[in-house]
Amino acid sequence: MKVLKVDPIKNGTVIDHIPAGRVQRVLAILKPRASDVVMMGMNFSSKAMRRKDIIKIEGRELTQNEVNSIALIAPDAKVSIIRNFAVAQKSKVEIPELIEGLVACSNPKCITNAEPMLTRFKLINASKRELACQYCERVFTADEMDHI
Amino acid sequence: MKNLVSMRDLAAKDIIKLLALAESLEKDPTQIDLSRRVMAAIFYEASTRTRMSFESAMKRLGGEVIGMLGTSGTSVEKGETLSDTARIMARYSDIIVMRHPLEGAARYVAEQVDIPVVNAGDGANQHPTQSLLDLYTIKKAQGSLENLKLALIGDLKYGRTVHSLAYALAPFNPEFYFVSPKSLGMPSHILNDLKEMGVKFQEKIKLGKIVDEVDIMYVTRIQRERFPDREEYEKVKNAYIISADLLKGAKDNMKVMHPLPRVNEITTDVDTTKYAYYFDQAENGVYMRQAILSTLLGEAE
Repeated sequence: MKVLKVDPIKNGTVIDHIPAGRVQRVLAILKPRASDVVMMGMNFSSKAMRRKDIIKIEGRELTQNEVNSIALIAPDAKVSIIRNFAVAQKSKVEIPELIEGLVACSNPKCITNAEPMLTRFKLINASKRELACQYCERVFTADEMDHI
Repeated sequence: MKNLVSMRDLAAKDIIKLLALAESLEKDPTQIDLSRRVMAAIFYEASTRTRMSFESAMKRLGGEVIGMLGTSGTSVEKGETLSDTARIMARYSDIIVMRHPLEGAARYVAEQVDIPVVNAGDGANQHPTQSLLDLYTIKKAQGSLENLKLALIGDLKYGRTVHSLAYALAPFNPEFYFVSPKSLGMPSHILNDLKEMGVKFQEKIKLGKIVDEVDIMYVTRIQRERFPDREEYEKVKNAYIISADLLKGAKDNMKVMHPLPRVNEITTDVDTTKYAYYFDQAENGVYMRQAILSTLLGEAE
């Protein structure tokens, strides 16, 4: 029998296959509301990833936009919407073509780090996760960047 | 074309139009009248040539110029954001020409205001009016942009003019020699881009026979502060000095260009040879900027 390390949820969202060690960063992006019930699992064993993190949010269904916002740090995450203890919908995350206000530009001389403004990046290579700043025009990989 | 922020925004047909308009304005500047139009020059960084070239371009077409040079004594010093400064300038003028030390500043301002914005340099990123005037100069010197052999010489690592020149010429089947000290070579991401575009190039440490082969020598200054140690600078500082003597075997129509200011990388005895073209290049800047201002102000055909 499969042992569930984390209680199943009745309604809400499960995010699975987060790279081990990144669950807190994923949560920081999703910004759960004070009233949200959140379960966080770290270093679960996984066939595909060896170790993985997992998040369950009770009572809240994430929108595709919210889901995609974690794609830069959890590119292989799988998102399940749970209704009445059953998986109602499953989706993969996808890095959006245009990423606004989500990550900071790693170029210290970029205007976005000096003015009160949103950053804007274009995805130029999805497999390499390369983003081009639409202001200073430099290209960075997602791993080089900090989320805002 | 609403703004001129980056060479990346320009299609080949935009460039060809601007080159043609600059040529026609050089012949007959009276064809366009910018009287009652005001250009705001917002320069957060010192610049003599670029700013005066823009002012000359605007005034010779009958326009007016207002502006600030440096930030001392302005509202910027009081802590005003770039966005506020730009939005107010937009109420005072018909077009903004700006230079800013931070990269992307012109793009940001262009999003904040309704009037056209011209990027006159944003840090190490773009300086499109320089790139365009370089193209105009090369075309004028050689009659065409196609199939030229060019040596780009000096600081190729930090020199944004040589970076954008390499991109700007790429569609015209050029052959480049990149001549620089090892530590100041063309950045690898640019070399990769050029390779992907099928551009022929060779990296060289020494000038040697290249001088006799090329159609254009584009010389840039090697700045002492780019070197981690003084000794290394002393070793290379004289390796790229262009003198009249060095040019003896050059092709008849070879031209030496330089974005200026020069220090000692082109000796003054070159000035009186047929190869010297850097002063013409500076003058061409006025015609190209006239073409840019007229186009963005909606006065060009």
